[in-house]
Amino acid sequence: MTALAHVGQAGGGGPTPPADDQERPGRRWVPYLLLLPGGLWLLVFFVVPLVQLFTVSLQSQFPGYPGYYYRDVNAGNYLRALTDFAPQFGRSLLFAALATFFAFVLAYPLAYAMAFKVGRWRNVMLIAVIAPFFTSFILRTVAWRQILADEGPVASTLNALHLLPGGHITETWAAVVAGLTYNFLPFMVLPIYASLERADHRVIEAGGDLYANGFTTFRTVTLPMSAPGVLAGTLLTFIPAAGDYVNADLLGADDTKMVGNVIESQFFKVLGGFPVAAALSFTLMALILAMVFVYVRRFGTEELL
Amino acid sequence: MARSSGVREATGDLRLESVTKSFGGFTAVDDLDLLVPRGSFFALLGPSGCGKTTTLRMVAGLEQPTSGRVLIGDTDLTGSRPFERPVNTVFQSYALFPHLTVRDNVAFGPTRRRVREAGALADEALALVEVDHLASRKPAQLSGGQQQRVALARALVNRPEVLLLDEPLGALDLKLRRQLQVELKRIQTEVGLTFVHVTHDQEEAMTMADTVAVMNHGRIEQMGAPAELYDLPRTAFVANFVGRSNLGAGTVLGRDGEHLSAEVQGTTVTVPLSRAQAREGAVLFGIRPEKVRVLREAPEGTGDDVRGTVLDVSFTGVATEYLVRLPSGTVWSCYEQNLDVDPVDLRPGDEVWISWNPAHAFTVPLDEAEAAAAAEATG
Repeated sequence: MTALAHVGQAGGGGPTPPADDQERPGRRWVPYLLLLPGGLWLLVFFVVPLVQLFTVSLQSQFPGYPGYYYRDVNAGNYLRALTDFAPQFGRSLLFAALATFFAFVLAYPLAYAMAFKVGRWRNVMLIAVIAPFFTSFILRTVAWRQILADEGPVASTLNALHLLPGGHITETWAAVVAGLTYNFLPFMVLPIYASLERADHRVIEAGGDLYANGFTTFRTVTLPMSAPGVLAGTLLTFIPAAGDYVNADLLGADDTKMVGNVIESQFFKVLGGFPVAAALSFTLMALILAMVFVYVRRFGTEELL
Repeated sequence: MARSSGVREATGDLRLESVTKSFGGFTAVDDLDLLVPRGSFFALLGPSGCGKTTTLRMVAGLEQPTSGRVLIGDTDLTGSRPFERPVNTVFQSYALFPHLTVRDNVAFGPTRRRVREAGALADEALALVEVDHLASRKPAQLSGGQQQRVALARALVNRPEVLLLDEPLGALDLKLRRQLQVELKRIQTEVGLTFVHVTHDQEEAMTMADTVAVMNHGRIEQMGAPAELYDLPRTAFVANFVGRSNLGAGTVLGRDGEHLSAEVQGTTVTVPLSRAQAREGAVLFGIRPEKVRVLREAPEGTGDDVRGTVLDVSFTGVATEYLVRLPSGTVWSCYEQNLDVDPVDLRPGDEVWISWNPAHAFTVPLDEAEAAAAAEATG
């Protein structure tokens, strides 16, 4: 929507001086022309499948023929999705919220140090933050599973010291949240770093000059100035984390399954699960959209909207 | 030393006592002593990199001196943090809080000091700088001049003992700058606070300040009222930086009563002893461009004079500037006010006489680099 608004401005908006008239007809199409390849791509590979998925989510099964459906307007799939899988929905949102919180707590000091304290080590740290992307997301999660496994170094040390009440780390919700936090941490660090790095140092000094001590300056000046980065970071962490199933699959147990796991198993493992899986996907999407909308409305800055 | 979060009480003159600031191997401010009387408008004038902003930041507490003391009245503020000092800064880039409205920006200081009715104080300060109608806007919605006024209000509202201005008008266009210069002066007179103004613009410093300190290489070259500085520069740097000067290297010949005579590139000149900063050996002779007259005929009378060839003529309206090449090769500039009904119709190539009243001449210690810079500027 924002993109289209910009197109409107670039193309026809604003009074145009008469001298420009000759050029106008040709130039007006340029923004649309530039949008065309990406727009077509999104239409074919995003909008069409989404519409298709939506029709599937309303299909009904042929009685007696599992795996065969007919076109219908069956809201029952949505009812099932919400009632049968309410715990997974709850977990998805809760785990994603926890992971977002922990990622924020870890990322902010890191981004702050990178922006203000490390000097010439800044680029090295930036590369270190991005480096995990050079290996596969799944491989890294599998690696975590090995690190946290019962016979692995962490769990065996903690067990030897009798510091682990349950006896193991994997197959707990804590491991899932830790995995989510780890995997999405860079998405929190980078936007916060970008907004802090862009902040005018003199503005932060002005806080001190105007009788605010270090902490007050941070609370009233630095933190609000980095709000766009925090907002972007939390969205970039929360949205994919809520839909994730890899962490719950590799680090969790049956009682830590998230919606993503249910969707995955309904699609690929349960005969006749397609409509419910589609309904689950749409419900998750709607939930996230609603939450993001409220969140951005509440905390959003003009820069992002 | 008290490290309370409160603001220190301190009233009186601002004093810097042998303050030095080094960054690594570079000395930005070199053993500086400075006294700024309470309630005065003081300007620190100098080229970029001369240490003036560093000096200002040490007064604000944003930098700590490597050695020396910063005092207001009898209170030693050395080592205290910016928020503990009764000092506020108007930053060069204004440094307004982008996430706060104009009113909240101005109310920031009073709020931190837990002053009641910070909002009302802010409105008052905004009215003083005539931007009260913009109180509910965000800084990004303001023009440069408006932001400047808000930055000023944000500092003024706290009634600091010392208000620091770091090139506050640097980013504005000439017309607005002129207007705000007058206004800053008015506000300073009105509120009666000590203003310390850092600038590289000599005209700005002279227009506003009661006292100007000219800084170069971390030291103060000369300090005084603008008219004093202009009339009698004590160093070649000041002669060039505060206005322009026609300079010429020469040698002192001797004294004749109240006058010093010197031989400057083949011409004998005289300088009142009271205006001679350098009285022996090699000196730099100087005279301001508007203090010399360009004549077609050899002048009569007691003034000093020298022959030359017109190199360039630029008409500026109120005055005409002539660049004249002297036999020694030095180029002097001469401002002639356009007072005569019939203008002196000189063209490049014309032979002229340059004449001046020796009472306007001065000598400063020879400084080859400055003499070269002066030649560069006029030539």
